[in-house]
Amino acid sequence: MNGKKIIELRGITKSFDGEMVLDNIDLDIYDNEFITLLGPSGCGKTTTLRIIAGFETPDAGDVFFDGKRINDVPPYKRHINTVFQKYALFPHLNVYENIAFGLRIAKVPEKEISARVKEMLALVNLRGFERRRVTTLSGGQQQRVAIARALINNPRVLLLDEPLGALDLKLRKDMQNELKNMQHKTGITFIYVTHDQEEALSMSDTVVVMNAGKIMQIGTPTDIYNEPVNAYVADFIGESNIIDGLMISDKRVAFAGHRFDCVDTGFAPNEPVDVVIRPEDVDVVPVERGMLTGRVTTVTFKGVHYEVIVDIAGFKWMIQTTDYVAPDAEIGIYIEPDAIHVMKKSEYSGMFGDYSSYSEELDLLSENIEEDEEVNDDEKSAEYEEEEL
Amino acid sequence: MSGKRSFWQRAAAAPHMVWSVLFIIAPLIFVLYYSFTDSQGNFTLDNIKSIFNQKYVVIFVNSVTLAVIATLICLVIAYPLAYIFSRMRERWQKIAILLTMLPLWMNFLITTYSWMTLLEDTGVINSILKKIGLNPIHMINTPGAVVVGMVFCFLPYMILPIYSVMAGLDVQLIEAAADLGCNSFKILTKVIMPMSVSGVVSGITMVFVPSISTFFISQKLGGGTFQLIGDTIEGYFTGTAINYNVGASLSLILMILILISMAIMNRYTDTEDTKGRPML
Repeated sequence: MNGKKIIELRGITKSFDGEMVLDNIDLDIYDNEFITLLGPSGCGKTTTLRIIAGFETPDAGDVFFDGKRINDVPPYKRHINTVFQKYALFPHLNVYENIAFGLRIAKVPEKEISARVKEMLALVNLRGFERRRVTTLSGGQQQRVAIARALINNPRVLLLDEPLGALDLKLRKDMQNELKNMQHKTGITFIYVTHDQEEALSMSDTVVVMNAGKIMQIGTPTDIYNEPVNAYVADFIGESNIIDGLMISDKRVAFAGHRFDCVDTGFAPNEPVDVVIRPEDVDVVPVERGMLTGRVTTVTFKGVHYEVIVDIAGFKWMIQTTDYVAPDAEIGIYIEPDAIHVMKKSEYSGMFGDYSSYSEELDLLSENIEEDEEVNDDEKSAEYEEEEL
Repeated sequence: MSGKRSFWQRAAAAPHMVWSVLFIIAPLIFVLYYSFTDSQGNFTLDNIKSIFNQKYVVIFVNSVTLAVIATLICLVIAYPLAYIFSRMRERWQKIAILLTMLPLWMNFLITTYSWMTLLEDTGVINSILKKIGLNPIHMINTPGAVVVGMVFCFLPYMILPIYSVMAGLDVQLIEAAADLGCNSFKILTKVIMPMSVSGVVSGITMVFVPSISTFFISQKLGGGTFQLIGDTIEGYFTGTAINYNVGASLSLILMILILISMAIMNRYTDTEDTKGRPML
């Protein structure tokens, strides 16, 4: 990563009511980058953001901004602005006054305020909305006002806390593109928090995968997707089959009873490893040409492709293919060497990447639970804040 | 709401309807009737006209002045208190609100008598002053004593609506203000104050209305040295010079005054779209 560091987190630790939320976090954030903190609810991503904003103080560790320690600098003195998850627009002010708020506090001359608000309204596509009450706006429009209200202050860093969570799918896609464009246009560092891995991959320069208060991996979206460091990251970033394997030698790995060519090196001979194979990297071939063979258990039409669960020697694989295969059919599969990614064993080995309990309903169910948890999470942090005031 | 309600739904409202007609509508009609009739029951405007003389105008002005002073003092005490309450931990908030409401559980006649024993020339406060070698202060039977009584009796009605609006404020709004450059003082003036207007308006209404119409507090703590509008009306209905017609006219004028001031107050909340709604 080129450019200079704008924010450094060093050994940040934070707990709420004896519950460890952040565990010794180190993170460098560079000028001009679009960095995303990605993880499930409760992983500490929002707390990290709030520590950068100044709404929380870390129990241990330091926050540096431009090389200066800012642990004790209150939020209103930081060159950082936030787009809040639920927008947090001021209901007693109209669109214009909401956007102008920060400039008015900074006592910017009226003429300049008017020009800059106009510029912002153009940037977020809300020309003509100046006098509208914010309570009459749609979710997407409120979101834009929230972004304009933050960006108008020319912050060095913009924090975005799941800003698109409340929008519907179509609007979310549009806003993803717009946010990316705004970041390019303004050159402001964006720190973005989300639990949506697709959003993280499509928008970010850098993705930080977090889990249980720890950083799992930092890298570009392609690195994170293609070279996950452990089973947790592989599973969280998209679908993946994670299989126990044995590294025979450099570029030779054994799993599922066969030996495969791969591209990974640097493991000890006969070291036990986790092997990741993405569902879209598996080719369905006739049985006689297959490297492995198995029986199809379920087939689900997903629009672009079929999602096929195949039982290969007792292990259920997920395969995505554009060609229809019939349930109960015997099929062969073929895997290119560069589609095989080998990872060191970790504490997460064996916990993910097996589709034996796979069912759509379960999938839906767990998603709902996650959303509920998200809400609780917010309430929790809101409570803590209240206590502090 | 879809059109028709069932018989039972309407029947359930009957007790309240009967109550309203008997104890709200009927008395209002009596007030109107007595206001516009003479002692023989003939229509007349003399009662209303008789009110517009200096004697009653002075009484009205005194009443309004004392009620306004009491309301302002309540506001000055209640606003910061409500703010502090709303920022406390939840457990402490509950205790604070309980303590605020505690005086309301006592009959306010008893409260007023207690203030008499406190404020009297030979009362508790003056005894203490004497003990520590200070000169006693004459407090009872002054307008100040009446204001103290009003403030004490009606303060909870100012605290509660302001507190309820402030407690309902989204913490994220306060964070957003801090994020956009507000220090604590600016957070108060730019966000919390404008957003708590509706609570203030309810509070003012709920203190001003009983203050302007009270007669008991002014009689006991004012000692009859000066008359307020409430005393005057009470005098015409229960006193020595019974005159329902003038009494009713005074009530009518007072009601109109209160309605006008409430309408003016509510104009302030019409343009605000804050979370808490005015309680009146």
